[in-house]
Amino acid sequence: MGLSLIFEQLLNGVQFGLMLFLMSAGLTLVFGVMGLINLAHGSLYMIGAFVCAWVAATLDNFWLGTIAGIAAAAAAGALIEMTVIRRLYKRDHLDQVLATFALILILSEGTRILFGPFPLYLTVPDLLSGSVDLGITEYSLYRLALIVAGLVVALGLWALIARTRLGIRIRAGENDREMIAALGVNIQVLYTIVFALGAALAGFAGAMVGAIQSVQVGMGEPVLILAFVVIVIGGVGSIKGAMVGALLVGVIDTMGRFLLPRALGTVMETAAATGMGAALASILIYLLMAAVLIWRPQGLFPANG
Amino acid sequence: MDEVLHLHGLRKSFGALVATDDVTLTLKKGEIHALIGPNGAGKSTLIAQISGRYAPDAGRITFKGQDITALSVARRARLGLGRSFQISAVIPEYSARRNVMLALQSRQGHPFRFLKPVMWDRSLTEPAAAILARVGLAGRASVPAGELSHGERRLLEIALALALEPACFLLDEPMAGLGAEGTARLVTFLRDLKSQAPILLVEHDMNAVFALADRISVLVYGRIIATGSVAEIRANPEVRRAYLGDAA
Amino acid sequence: MDRREILLNVVLAAALLAVPLWAYFASQPFTITMSTRIAILAMAAVGLNIALGLGGLVSFGHAAFFGIGGFVAGIMAQHAMLGIPVLGLPASNQMLVIWPVAMLLSALAALVIGVLSLRTSGIFFIMITLAFAQMIFYFAISWPAYGGEDGLPLALRNQFPGLNTMRPLPMFLVAYGALMASLLAFALIRASRFGAALMAVRQNPDRVAAVGIDPFGLRLVAFVLSGAITGLAGALMADLTRFVSPSMMAWTMSGELIVILIIGGVGRLFGPVAGAAILVGFEVFFGGLTEHWKLWLGLVLLAVVLFARGGVIGLIAGRERHG
Repeated sequence: MGLSLIFEQLLNGVQFGLMLFLMSAGLTLVFGVMGLINLAHGSLYMIGAFVCAWVAATLDNFWLGTIAGIAAAAAAGALIEMTVIRRLYKRDHLDQVLATFALILILSEGTRILFGPFPLYLTVPDLLSGSVDLGITEYSLYRLALIVAGLVVALGLWALIARTRLGIRIRAGENDREMIAALGVNIQVLYTIVFALGAALAGFAGAMVGAIQSVQVGMGEPVLILAFVVIVIGGVGSIKGAMVGALLVGVIDTMGRFLLPRALGTVMETAAATGMGAALASILIYLLMAAVLIWRPQGLFPANG
Repeated sequence: MDEVLHLHGLRKSFGALVATDDVTLTLKKGEIHALIGPNGAGKSTLIAQISGRYAPDAGRITFKGQDITALSVARRARLGLGRSFQISAVIPEYSARRNVMLALQSRQGHPFRFLKPVMWDRSLTEPAAAILARVGLAGRASVPAGELSHGERRLLEIALALALEPACFLLDEPMAGLGAEGTARLVTFLRDLKSQAPILLVEHDMNAVFALADRISVLVYGRIIATGSVAEIRANPEVRRAYLGDAA
Repeated sequence: MDRREILLNVVLAAALLAVPLWAYFASQPFTITMSTRIAILAMAAVGLNIALGLGGLVSFGHAAFFGIGGFVAGIMAQHAMLGIPVLGLPASNQMLVIWPVAMLLSALAALVIGVLSLRTSGIFFIMITLAFAQMIFYFAISWPAYGGEDGLPLALRNQFPGLNTMRPLPMFLVAYGALMASLLAFALIRASRFGAALMAVRQNPDRVAAVGIDPFGLRLVAFVLSGAITGLAGALMADLTRFVSPSMMAWTMSGELIVILIIGGVGRLFGPVAGAAILVGFEVFFGGLTEHWKLWLGLVLLAVVLFARGGVIGLIAGRERHG
């Protein structure tokens, strides 16, 4: 088991983590600013992936596909916010869960109707195909590009929140919703923008992974649940927490799946080791979440103290 | 023992804001000890520390001779710390009667019984009716607490505190929102109540405070600036300044 | 409970019994099986109703208990058939033995998950219960010994004394009996001191603490009872379908249970029954019309959440009065 393989898996973990960050950042923003839990966030990821794959195939242009995917997700997000989500801000969490669950059903079936029941496939554009020599190992150029893209978006998001007027309003909104309304900020528009922003991030994540895995209905929910784990570990409302949590989850999950069966293989026979290793690896991040809950229930970097 | 509740050197800060600044205060048997102070003085924070909602950063709270600083809210209530909330906290879907029955079932020590239906349990329904009658809510016993008037809800709060047969009462602005008649009745009621258990009374209504209090403590910016009888406090120049500004 | 609701409950209980009896004489075994499915799903929802309806705990992970109960039934059946002991004890294919085991293990899982999750509330609690159920789901998929992703078939249904559970009607009667027992348990719990305190915690936990009852303990006990009953339903479902699969623990199952409650009426005694009947009926009816029936379900669900919050029982019998 060479160093190159380990390094490659580590990079995979970082790439996975950054994609999770994009999902979690959107979720935690919506929760922090609007106090709303949104189960349909995974559907926005799925919409981004589907539109990207379809446009890329139809126009034979990956880049247009990506832009279309992000735009479609953002538009869907804005539409959903204005029609459904808006009525949920004052409702209790059960209502929010049920309504957004209903949205999952509607959006999933809607996608099936629009795009058919079979998975779509996206090919890596020529510009980003092949591998790159990183010294220790050769690594897929596309995945490297994803890592770079993820970091760029994270930086952009940080700049948006920390440096722009919109960012100030978002941060103020996280602290005191009634107050910013009283100060004259148009809450309705702000909320729609925040929701659409989160949707765009999710759509971007979906569009990006379309080339690495198949695009199918239901792809969003497992990622959504992972994003929840990230938020619990990192702390709600905190972009920094989302980043740390996402990287932790991404790396631990990827490395765990890679190392555990091998590690167990040194003390037990291969078949049992693979089975048990895989089983343990699949629950590793949930065990991490449980540990955080025991030790620091508010998360590692909670937004408010 | 004469002292029922004793706060030793309580401190509580929220970041840079010092909400409770070295507060020492006692509540003696048979007395009504009023806690007054201008808005923002930190009265609510202090009550929250006594009830157990907040943990103080420093200091101790002794109740009936026992150190309760580390105990949970429910535990303190079981030990006999009765309280009413500043903003009425009742169980809105339950009738007034059922609210009191809840407090009673806790008092009786068996909140985890599964078999006997509560509404048929005379050991709960009868004392509940009696307590409601005592605070003047007998006629409204079947009304859901959420539908009671503001004044009636204040009385229900007192009833809930009574049901616990507490060793002391923590009453947080019980007169708030009561009209003149309601206030007068509550004043008479509390005066009778103090012989059952001493009362730490947080209140803004100065007439009620001067009519009821045996002792008064004045809280300003988290600090107790004076403790004394009604006459002493009324004459105290620092107190006048705190309330009326330098124009006094 | 007012007279309208009592009447509605009687009608529902009678209808759920009458339909499969009619189907038996009309030689429509599919309808009997469908009724059994309704009864079992209703029972799973009765379990959730304790935590969610009475306690206000929005658990999005109850599928975990459903699946655990199912796997207990399946594993016991398999081991009994092969004559292999389970964890040192002899396996059994008797339902009356399997049920307590299923309930015990589900309760244990609920205890562990509850202790960890109930330290949080609101949105956190929802996310964490969802995550833990997902964890158990992935574990079941990866654990190769009992079928993994493919699931575990039951060659024969487990046995109930005096009845041939392999026939549809006796199997239905077993499930119906279990459902009625769980409804009785729910009614007793709700009327008891424990239930009174639990429903109070849902409305104002600070007030409950202030009268001396610890909300955490109440919620934990409610969560454990809730998991046990849902687990028992899972064991029954395994016998009905003669198949256990990790999909019993998928997050969609948890969602289905919550949907059943909201459609029927959260916190209402027969809410689970009404909800399960409507959901299964919807699936069978609309599923026959279009393969995209879930779209319609989503729209109906959205409408219920936005406009008819009390569910069917709320619509017919009005809001619940607690007295």
